[in-house]
Amino acid sequence: MDKFVSVEQANMAFKTKQGSFIALKDINVSLREGEFVTLIGHSGCGKSTLLNMVAGLLQPTSGVLLCAGREIAGPGPDRGVVFQNHSLLPWLTCAQNVHLAVERVFGATESKAQLKGRTLKALELVQLGHAADKRPNEISGGMKQRVGIARALSMEPKVLLLDEPFGALDALTRAHLQDELLKIVAKTGSTVLMVTHDVDEAVLLSDRIVMMTNGPAATVGDIVEVDLARPRQRLALVNDHRYHQLRGRVLEFLYQKQLRPAA
Amino acid sequence: MSAAILTHGKFTMETPAPVPVMAPAVVPAAEEPAEAVALPPPMRRHTPLVERYGDEIAEFFRQLIPVVFGLALFVVAWAIISQSSTLPGPVKTWHSAVQVFGDPFYRKGPNDQGIGWNILNSLGRVGIGFGLAALIGIPLGFMIGRFRFLSNMTSPIVSLLRPVSPLAWLPIGLLVFKAANPAAIWVIFISSIWPMIINTAAGVREVPQDYLNVAKVLNLSEWKVFTRILFPAVLPFMLTGIRLAIGVAWLVIVAAEMLTGGVGIGFWVWDEWNNLNVEHIIIAIFTVGIVGLLLEQALMLLARRFEYR
Repeated sequence: MDKFVSVEQANMAFKTKQGSFIALKDINVSLREGEFVTLIGHSGCGKSTLLNMVAGLLQPTSGVLLCAGREIAGPGPDRGVVFQNHSLLPWLTCAQNVHLAVERVFGATESKAQLKGRTLKALELVQLGHAADKRPNEISGGMKQRVGIARALSMEPKVLLLDEPFGALDALTRAHLQDELLKIVAKTGSTVLMVTHDVDEAVLLSDRIVMMTNGPAATVGDIVEVDLARPRQRLALVNDHRYHQLRGRVLEFLYQKQLRPAA
Repeated sequence: MSAAILTHGKFTMETPAPVPVMAPAVVPAAEEPAEAVALPPPMRRHTPLVERYGDEIAEFFRQLIPVVFGLALFVVAWAIISQSSTLPGPVKTWHSAVQVFGDPFYRKGPNDQGIGWNILNSLGRVGIGFGLAALIGIPLGFMIGRFRFLSNMTSPIVSLLRPVSPLAWLPIGLLVFKAANPAAIWVIFISSIWPMIINTAAGVREVPQDYLNVAKVLNLSEWKVFTRILFPAVLPFMLTGIRLAIGVAWLVIVAAEMLTGGVGIGFWVWDEWNNLNVEHIIIAIFTVGIVGLLLEQALMLLARRFEYR
């Protein structure tokens, strides 16, 4: 399917005391099935707003959003979301946090043992089978984020939506989780839409990078096709000419064409 | 480290041949259970108790000394004041207390019962009034916190009635129930319901948006949202409300019972004032204080059980 997820002529305006604030204008983005697309832009450009619209948490002022041929009317289990701040419930163990999602999607059709199996499988996918019975405050920030990913993946969503999932992590943990995500996506073949402000992350992970102009009335400025072969190796890319070319194009867009005047 | 000591202690007890006391380090490694191999050499077992727990003991006394000092100062001040007035001194009061608590559960007619009965009757009234208040106040707090309309609707009433002195409600209770005991319970009810409503509602409003977003993207049912997200998130706030409410209830019961009579610690105080038995009044004051402290501590313990992060 060529347009597995598509955003067509979407506009987003927020009502403020000073009147209507146009956050996004004429957004057109589409994802193919199994494609990994990142949204990149300076902070405040509305990339998270766009992701929340695809998640169904926000409704566009005008325009159409489609997922697998159906209009996005609200949040749904066909779109798994991972938030920047993990958003695990602190009173539930890691397994219970994941189970909450599993139960919602498969509870009506599968036995308790099957549900439990799904929960454990999701945790094992992010290599956290051993932490199933730990509470979020007993594990590290990187592990929490991995549980968040497991929770999203456990629903077997058609699309995985990642809102700066590694933004709050230190550089080493972030690199580690990026590698993990590469492996997971290679294994599951998920369609992914990810918001980031990290150029290296975008180039390493994506098939396409959607670069957004600065707000207000932000829109898609340019799209870079990342034609690096998969599986990608972080170390091999260090000396890859094409990698640096692509990285250069994104940097050029962000720091020459869209440099924030007051940043 | 303490775990290591315990494990090793268990090991030596299970070993048939007792380990030589002076040289435990020479135990052949093969005899040790696998889990104990990685433990540090068990030399510390022989360090004297004071050396092993020295810091803990010192810390304990550092905390205990000011407490004892404060209590001693209090008793000395009390003794000095009692010298120059009709107030009974600490010694006299102590002897009286030994007598009172020596037979706490006697019954000699409706107005002369042991202190145990008085305390239990007061606790019973507080329990019923407070329980009813919780039964109504907590669900009400949830609804007020969840629905803005209800919140706007009730907030003027709550703001108006909350600062009213609890005893002002007593005549209304007497009028409606036409009996002293339900009127006292009514006063407890009305004075302890406000903290529970207000704190529960505040808790519901403070539920982090992140958690509610999780509920939305997982598309959870209303029931799941309540049991898995709302209730656990609000629980600490609710317990604060309960703690404040039980404090107020226990404060108010003494005053209410003074006015309504019957068996209870408040009535007992008033009765002993009529008998001019001031020792008993002082005993009652301490008793009320200690019971209140115990209630508060018990709820604190419960609250700590539900703290996350």
